[in-house]
Amino acid sequence: MAVRPNPKKTLMPEQEPQERIKNFSEVALGYTEEQAVIESRRCLQCPAHPCVSGCPVGIDIPGFIREVKEGRFDKAARILKLYNNLPAVCGRVCPQEVQCEEKCVVGKIPGSEPVAIGRLERFVADWEAANVRDPRVEIAPSKGGKIAVVGSGPAGLTAAADLAKMGYSVDVFETLHKSGGVLVYGIPEFRLPKAIVEREVKYIESLSVRIHLNTPIGKAISVDELLQEYDAIFLGIGAGTPKFMKIEGTNLNGVYSANEFLTRVNLMKAYLFPSYDTPVKKGSQVVVVGGGNVAMDAARSALRLGAKQVKVIYRRTEQEMPARREEYLHAVEEGIQFMWLTQPIKYIGDEKGRVVGAECISMELGEPDESGRRKPIPIEDSRFIVEADMIIEAIGTDANRFLLSEFKGLSLNKYGYIIADSETGATKLRKVFAGGDIVTGAATVIEAMGAGKRAAYWIDKFLSGEYNPW
Amino acid sequence: MKNQILRKTKLAPQVYDFVVENPEIAKRAKPGQFIIVRIGEKGERIPLTIADIYENSFRMVVRAVGKTTYQLCMMNENDLLTDVVGPLGNPSEIEHFGNVMLVGGGVGIATLLPIAKELKRHQNKLFVVLGGRSKEYVIMLDEFQGLADELIVTTDDGSYGLKGVVTDGMDMLANKIKIDVAWAVGPTVMMKFCALKAKQLGLKLWVSLNPIMVDGTGMCGACRVTIDGQMKFACVDGPEFDGTKVDWEELLIRLAQYREEEQKSLKFFEESVGDLSWL
Repeated sequence: MAVRPNPKKTLMPEQEPQERIKNFSEVALGYTEEQAVIESRRCLQCPAHPCVSGCPVGIDIPGFIREVKEGRFDKAARILKLYNNLPAVCGRVCPQEVQCEEKCVVGKIPGSEPVAIGRLERFVADWEAANVRDPRVEIAPSKGGKIAVVGSGPAGLTAAADLAKMGYSVDVFETLHKSGGVLVYGIPEFRLPKAIVEREVKYIESLSVRIHLNTPIGKAISVDELLQEYDAIFLGIGAGTPKFMKIEGTNLNGVYSANEFLTRVNLMKAYLFPSYDTPVKKGSQVVVVGGGNVAMDAARSALRLGAKQVKVIYRRTEQEMPARREEYLHAVEEGIQFMWLTQPIKYIGDEKGRVVGAECISMELGEPDESGRRKPIPIEDSRFIVEADMIIEAIGTDANRFLLSEFKGLSLNKYGYIIADSETGATKLRKVFAGGDIVTGAATVIEAMGAGKRAAYWIDKFLSGEYNPW
Repeated sequence: MKNQILRKTKLAPQVYDFVVENPEIAKRAKPGQFIIVRIGEKGERIPLTIADIYENSFRMVVRAVGKTTYQLCMMNENDLLTDVVGPLGNPSEIEHFGNVMLVGGGVGIATLLPIAKELKRHQNKLFVVLGGRSKEYVIMLDEFQGLADELIVTTDDGSYGLKGVVTDGMDMLANKIKIDVAWAVGPTVMMKFCALKAKQLGLKLWVSLNPIMVDGTGMCGACRVTIDGQMKFACVDGPEFDGTKVDWEELLIRLAQYREEEQKSLKFFEESVGDLSWL
């Protein structure tokens, strides 16, 4: 008789909150082989496998889990890499709860949690990195087309890897001194160790993808040169411009955009200052404005830098906050405080121009707005002051203005994002494709990867003469 | 080899002139643009202006003020810079104006040089004021002598030229010539006073701002400045702005933001390399 699956996911070991707030090491520690096999047995291998439709890159989830169950981890890894060029990253940062795991049949059983697909993906990717020296990758014979990929974030790396595997010659252009985009400048070490990003980038380079760092397109290489030189171009340049509240006091010392704060900490490793050269202020009473994953990352980073108190101020409530549940719960465990229905209206400075607090106003929720969430409305005469020596605004980003100003002929929407076919990624400009945040606005790593993957597929169709929207 | 130091010359105490190989930057850079340099895997990204452009290389002038600039000034010919990215920012808006006033101080003089050359190419007459603490700090004098239709040098101690500050030179020139447009590049305090003077004289004055930057490509907002009440990012909206519209007090406060950390970092560096006064 079949054994009923355990209703709960196999727990993944984590650093204890009291310990981890003192370091930048990864919070989640990953499954052991034994734990992975136990968890894989919870998968019913159901024929409908709805989980696959929940995955933006369509991984054969039951397939790789079946191999884990049999202890054939190398085979599991090969299945994963057929679909996903960055499995160790996705296993860590994908919002599985609203994707594959949301669709999992096991999760539909009353009182039961879905199969921990993300944790298994992470396990398999890490197992391969630790145990397989030269992962075998099948690369198609050379097709002779040259493709430029602009931006080395999740969308660009995915497109580059897929195109290289199809046999194209691929050049990736990155403006920063490291590749990975948001994976290296945005997501903190304790959620996604940079060594893992480097490992995945090395894998992509092993597919003969050439990555050119420090090469801003439109500046170091002109757009015209690019258009002349390459048969197709993929733009995965992200939504990198930080938004500011633009309230009084925004330019006081101690007020940061989350982008600046996280770039200093992650890309430049300011938490190791002065051993690393880039400094970052270490706030004692830190206020983070916003309710998304970036706000959680900023708050938890500030705590690890030694803040006595970190408060997240969000204008809606816990129900509406866009952050992943897991990130929020981790933040709560670590002692981050949350002030719901609160909006800063002014930052207060001292005589030396340093921030000392935020004047806030209480909000209440009104009718749903265009996002479907109830709109926050200020409550009159409800002003109060929150003391803070550091404020980090994590209220979202806008389109990257840097390259687009040079790329004449691209059509942009009213928010400044590139207008591109949502399936193929084709823009209005001949042979130019785009995908990721620069098309959709700020979204997730896996959605950008999905866009990169689809664009690679359609670029191949375009270059083989089977697709031409121009 | 790309990013190799081809030539290094001392211009003044703690001020060095470098020629660095980089064909892309050499091909694309225009006057007014800047680069970001990083030294070593633990290095920070610092913005530096481009002082000249050659066949496959560019020129930059660096004053040692903090850890990274000291480290840079200690590097030698044939050494490699870890990362160089550019050209960044918008080029200067140069055309035929007529009479142009150029005001330079400190290493800002180097930033002014390609602007001066380009203005000359557009048949402008150049009225130049260069200033420094004393004679030895007024760099590139000979190069400007070849370009300027009139050149005034001011020194704080009177060791060369006029004893005084650059705004005195601005007054002298404006009193006798009708100036059509002006540029001032130098320490922020100097540019602030040049802007005040320009306002007094009714001059249009471009300044090249040098706020703290991290990525230099519009992604972090560290370099935000207030121009005419609007938030601008110096890296992508600048670095040149109308000097009379800059919120100078705010910029000066923001520039001092990391003073404590900068001192700590330099001290930490000195502990490992010893005395640096020889530079």
